[in-house]
Amino acid sequence: MSTANHAGAGFHHAHHFDSAEHQYESSKQGIWLFLVTEILMFGGLFVGYSIYHSLYPQIFHAGSKQLSVTLGALNTVVLLFSSFTMALGINYVQRGLRNKAIIALAVTIACAGIFMVVKYFEYTHKFHVGTVPGKYAYEEELSPSGEKVTRVGALLAEASKLSVEEREHKLHLDETEYEHLTLLNNTKNWPLFFGFYFVMSGIHGLHVLAGAFLIFWVLLKVIRNKVGPEYYTPVEGVGLFWHVVDLIWIYLFPLLYLVG
Amino acid sequence: MAHDQHNYLNHQKGIWSWLTTLDHKRIGIMYFIAIMSFFFLGGVFALLVRAELFTPGKTLFSADVYNRMMTYHGAIMVFMVIVPGIPAIFGNFVLPIMIGAKDVAFPRLNLMSWYMLMIGAAITGSTLFMQNVDTGWTFYTPYSSIKTGMGVIPMVLGVFIIGFSSILTGLNFIVTTHKLRAPGMTMTRIPLMVWALYSTAILQVLATPVLAITLLLLIAEKTLGVGIFDPQLGGDPVLFQHFFWFYSHPAVYIMILPAMGVVSELVATFSRKTIFGYTAIAYSSLAIAGVSFLVWGHHMFVSGQSEFAGVLFSFITMLVGVPTAIKLFNWIATMYKGSIRLDSPMLFAIGFMFLFTIGGLTGVYLASTGIDIHFHDTYFVVAHFHYVMVGGTLMALMGALIYWFPKVTGKLYNDTIGRISWVFIFSGFNVTFFPQFILGNMGMPRRYYDYLPTFTELNQMSTFGSWLIGTGFLVGFFGVIFALLKGKEAGMNPFGGKTLEWTIPSPPPHENFDKTPVLTGGPYEYR
Repeated sequence: MSTANHAGAGFHHAHHFDSAEHQYESSKQGIWLFLVTEILMFGGLFVGYSIYHSLYPQIFHAGSKQLSVTLGALNTVVLLFSSFTMALGINYVQRGLRNKAIIALAVTIACAGIFMVVKYFEYTHKFHVGTVPGKYAYEEELSPSGEKVTRVGALLAEASKLSVEEREHKLHLDETEYEHLTLLNNTKNWPLFFGFYFVMSGIHGLHVLAGAFLIFWVLLKVIRNKVGPEYYTPVEGVGLFWHVVDLIWIYLFPLLYLVG
Repeated sequence: MAHDQHNYLNHQKGIWSWLTTLDHKRIGIMYFIAIMSFFFLGGVFALLVRAELFTPGKTLFSADVYNRMMTYHGAIMVFMVIVPGIPAIFGNFVLPIMIGAKDVAFPRLNLMSWYMLMIGAAITGSTLFMQNVDTGWTFYTPYSSIKTGMGVIPMVLGVFIIGFSSILTGLNFIVTTHKLRAPGMTMTRIPLMVWALYSTAILQVLATPVLAITLLLLIAEKTLGVGIFDPQLGGDPVLFQHFFWFYSHPAVYIMILPAMGVVSELVATFSRKTIFGYTAIAYSSLAIAGVSFLVWGHHMFVSGQSEFAGVLFSFITMLVGVPTAIKLFNWIATMYKGSIRLDSPMLFAIGFMFLFTIGGLTGVYLASTGIDIHFHDTYFVVAHFHYVMVGGTLMALMGALIYWFPKVTGKLYNDTIGRISWVFIFSGFNVTFFPQFILGNMGMPRRYYDYLPTFTELNQMSTFGSWLIGTGFLVGFFGVIFALLKGKEAGMNPFGGKTLEWTIPSPPPHENFDKTPVLTGGPYEYR
């Protein structure tokens, strides 16, 4: 099927469009519509979040104290910077500055990598202390003294026997975190917050991975000279997607880390 | 193929050329084959469910099996037949031709939508052989999240993927309608079918993402126990219903708007008259799409929402009747003093108006909070939504099938077979579902396996009606086979239609138009 009429140096428009410009405008409209659906999908989560936040302010207060604002802020900066490099990348492709475009896109992918590494540390720490969603947080185990406790409960029981330095050293718990965990442990239904945290940041994380993959795909296109000043629709489309992924994080960060 | 001319059917040959095709016409046919297979499956489940209800107590199988069959009947019919039905099959085929385009805006995405429907259907269907699902097609929490087995996860995942297919089709149609219209084809000159599909596409793009996140949350609830829907963990199962109906109520209009588009075409063509109130019909599609987002609360009158919310939702729900009535009155005004030809597509269009009106009027009962408390979750509701969705959408689907069949294949569908099919389906619907209004009013609850002996006669009547419907669709299917084998040559315009698809050969050439058409007037200019 010859839907794509290849003409010239690899820049083409499909047979059902009048011109390359016509195809570009149509594609752009399609991408924007797709982004609308992304925002609506996260919209459902935001609605759920705000309902439960107003129902149980104490859960969200105790829960968000447990998140590391430093790491969250670091990731915000990383993503904002990556948006900047993505925009630069599009600009360079449009101007035909191939090498600069390659660098800009590669840096964007690296930023996505940094974001995911930071997320990895955040997640593993939560698995370590037991602040996990729903039924796993309530899973009970036997403490050394023979009573049934949750993971967080067991950790706190052990920490209460140790000095501040030993907690830091053995359990990777500093004093503020110990206090916050105690506050959390005394709050009824606190795993609900971590349900939201993991679902929202998890789906966002999947979008970061998808975005990194897509940027890699357009990076290959730049390297192979498949895109340039005459045809840059894929680069711009992926760029728009990436900006939306950033935008969603810019909402997630205050909602999860700061509002509580 | 008796045709010497080059067309989209003989443009390329072999099964592979179909599976990789980017031609919207071929993709439409692939949707037809797939969706009709699902329809057959869903129909068999329906007949079995009705057969089980022939007598009170156990008739054929256990309550467990009954629950599962009811679930699959609903899920298959809603997500795989009625929602994608008319837009995916006939929308794909006629939308680009009707606006004078060579293809949809994104042909690859179009093919991908078809594959996503296939993958989703396969995952959903696979649960039939693994762990059967017995939640009903609505997957209400907490039953779906806590009580029933893990089969819900693949089922819901499949529906999620099908939803994606729906979003992509809608997105494609919107951009096609915006960007690919032929010169002179202004937005007020596009056929009403295109207006209907366009409004449907807006709904698909705006509502389906909410279903997507709801289903993802259900999966998260089931695997991680995140607590959003589980009251034991602080959640609220009713939130699921709010999310679910925020999609699924607009989805009702995803089902019915394309059917209304079909009926507009049929009424104009077979009345030989300019459609009455073109702009009113066109904008009422948009109005229905808009209002549909604000009415989900009428599914929740008895869920304990505030009285104020109940009154508000009741009012807005009744508001949907206004644009719907505008359409109906305009169709009737079109028929008034028209030269009506009662060919089988027109019979189906009239059947649509008849059944949909009954469905719509009983909807007013259900929209009234006080009366709804009596009718809630009874067979009255079952009868109502079958009249609307099935009587409406499937009537239009059959009408569309016979109407565009000559264009798609170049062969005429035998009108007598079409009429026989119509008699069976139309009478069958009324025999099946009218008794259910009475059953509901008498208090028979929906979804139940068993019922009081008092309800036996009406249930038997209903089951008998289901056989009539089944026969009607079998006759309709036989008509397709008969037309393919023995159908007469159709020619370019067998029904005297005025829209663009009737100006090109049947079957259409590969690129639809040899020369891009230039429009100088609106559609339906009969007299």
